[in-house]
Amino acid sequence: MSGGWFSTAVTALMPHLMIAPILLPLVTACLLLFVGERKHRTKASLSLLAVVINLAVAVGLLWSSKQSEGPSAFGVYLPGNWDVPFGIVLVLDRLSGLMLLLAAIVALMALLFALARWHKAGAHFHPLFQIQIMGLNGAFLTGDLFNLFVFFEVMLAASYGLLLHGSGPSRVKAGMQYISINLAASSLFLVGASMVYGVTGTLNMADVAARIPQVALEDRALLHAACAILAVAFLAKAAMWPLNFWLVRAYSSASAPSAAMFALLTKVGIYVLLRLSTLFFSSDAGPSSGFGSQWLIWGGMATLVFGALGMLASQRPARLAGFAVIVSSGTLMAVIGFARPELTAAALYYLPSSTMAVAAFFLLAELMDRSRMDPAVQRAPEDEEDHLPFALADLEIAKTANLDEDEEVLIGRAIPASIALLGLAFICCTVLVAGLPPLSGFIGKFAMLSALLPLQVDAPEVAVASWTFLGLVIVSGLFAMVALSRTGIRFFWAPLGRGAPLLRVAEVLPIAVLITLCVLFTVRGEAVMRYAQSTAASLYQPHGYIDAVFSVKPVPTPTNAERLGVPKPASLPEQRP
Amino acid sequence: MELVMAIAIGALTTCGVWLMLRPRTYQVIMGLCLLGYGVNLFIFSMGRLSVDSEPVLTPGLPATLLQYDDPMPQALVLTAIVIGFAMTALFLVVLLAQRGFFGNDHVDGQGDAE
Repeated sequence: MSGGWFSTAVTALMPHLMIAPILLPLVTACLLLFVGERKHRTKASLSLLAVVINLAVAVGLLWSSKQSEGPSAFGVYLPGNWDVPFGIVLVLDRLSGLMLLLAAIVALMALLFALARWHKAGAHFHPLFQIQIMGLNGAFLTGDLFNLFVFFEVMLAASYGLLLHGSGPSRVKAGMQYISINLAASSLFLVGASMVYGVTGTLNMADVAARIPQVALEDRALLHAACAILAVAFLAKAAMWPLNFWLVRAYSSASAPSAAMFALLTKVGIYVLLRLSTLFFSSDAGPSSGFGSQWLIWGGMATLVFGALGMLASQRPARLAGFAVIVSSGTLMAVIGFARPELTAAALYYLPSSTMAVAAFFLLAELMDRSRMDPAVQRAPEDEEDHLPFALADLEIAKTANLDEDEEVLIGRAIPASIALLGLAFICCTVLVAGLPPLSGFIGKFAMLSALLPLQVDAPEVAVASWTFLGLVIVSGLFAMVALSRTGIRFFWAPLGRGAPLLRVAEVLPIAVLITLCVLFTVRGEAVMRYAQSTAASLYQPHGYIDAVFSVKPVPTPTNAERLGVPKPASLPEQRP
Repeated sequence: MELVMAIAIGALTTCGVWLMLRPRTYQVIMGLCLLGYGVNLFIFSMGRLSVDSEPVLTPGLPATLLQYDDPMPQALVLTAIVIGFAMTALFLVVLLAQRGFFGNDHVDGQGDAE
């Protein structure tokens, strides 16, 4: 088998490969700070190299968690070599492996796009980008609540910098709201995490999960309050309505590569919700089992409605993409609320495909906005207003238009290649975001709907929620299609007085790769679905995760041998008493 | 002591939230700082309030949390202070940038109506 040498290499490296997704971007960011400001080529190649290695590491980690079954399917790493509930712990399972790979792919594509021109728009793009990757990877790998906070802050600090990258009044204004709302949410995160510590006496996620069934009855209300406060912090990040008012303005005014990375940031909120709700409130959790699921279901559906209506009300492609982010996270939130393995499996198929589609759409939106800009009037895309319906002046025939014998404008005769390429990419994005056949957006939604359809009615309100969700998923797809085709007609079929944009390979390639990956998701749908199903199955069996974390023992060293109760390693000199 | 602590946290948080809802950026940043102090005190209180307990291990005392101060919330507060400080500095930079662009210190970039 061709994968033989690969899996051997991964197994040999495995114990320390797990820390690479955090250390590699950190070290690269430090190195990049020392490279002179004008050496764009050196910076770009260093950054690109690190992101490519990061992708290889993510593939390796995903491979290793896919290959093994049972307790060995979890990679557990003790960075401080301390016993489990006391020291810091990194945990890799199928879900974090999937998220790592997704983050690595989107990061590589965003960086490629940025190398065309964005990375020169301001100082320190590359270090910020690397730190952003580090925060993302850390949040996916960490196994305790406080380090989750730390990695969240690392990720957010970098995202503040990336949002402001390129500057301009619109970015600063959006950044102000984005930063204040996230700082307030971080305070709530701290309150929630410290309350969880106050009730359970631990911050290790596996340990908290193991202790939740034993929490005294009078403390349980406090524990639930703690988790609810903690959840508000994640829900603000995952853009639940009404905590998402900052999102569209911030994401649509960010530069395209940053916006593509931000499409991932909302998925971190989703990841944490999925991880913590399945760990803390599983069926083993006694009276706490299923806590908050109704809130997630109805909140997710409210988010879905808000996002779908927002898409209908939007004209600018970047704003459309921002609302598409909200739609996809609303869908995922409601699915997490339902807490059914087969539904979650479908959502885990939908999550990467929708993230890649929206990231591609953010990149495409910038190229479309650029094609609209008249070189004579240098309007920044963010200064354009969002009129509804779009101004008819756009459709009026210009005086200088080239007319044929019947006084008809010669449009549609020869579409420039760049417009044709953009149009093709736009159609693919529309099909993916709206969930039309034949691409992966459809398969994801179809899998979700077919998992919903048997409707095992144990309680009438569950059936009501299921039917509402089913309807909303279909209607939101219709709304997305209407909004996107309207924008497509405006941009590609009525391009009066607009020149064809100059495209660079580095700008078209990432979009093409992201769409190709979505096509691959469709072609290899069965394999991806199998992975998603076993991931979902292991998520709803949290004792596997808990046992794996607790079964790891620190490596004996002369200093800890006595505490561990093992003989001191013979090869090392005897310590003085 | 519990009452004093609770009133302190409550007062700081109330002032912080009120200031954060004000229209000027300077008030927002002061509000975020006050909220941060309230949260830090809250983290301390989650390690149980105690008087005269040892902060470091001493020989002769059994090594349980009945005899000692819980060190964990202190480590958390230390980290939270560092991160909060960095974020405040960053927020100040954005505040200055906004002032440069709009010529006023309103959160929405629009000056007073009158």
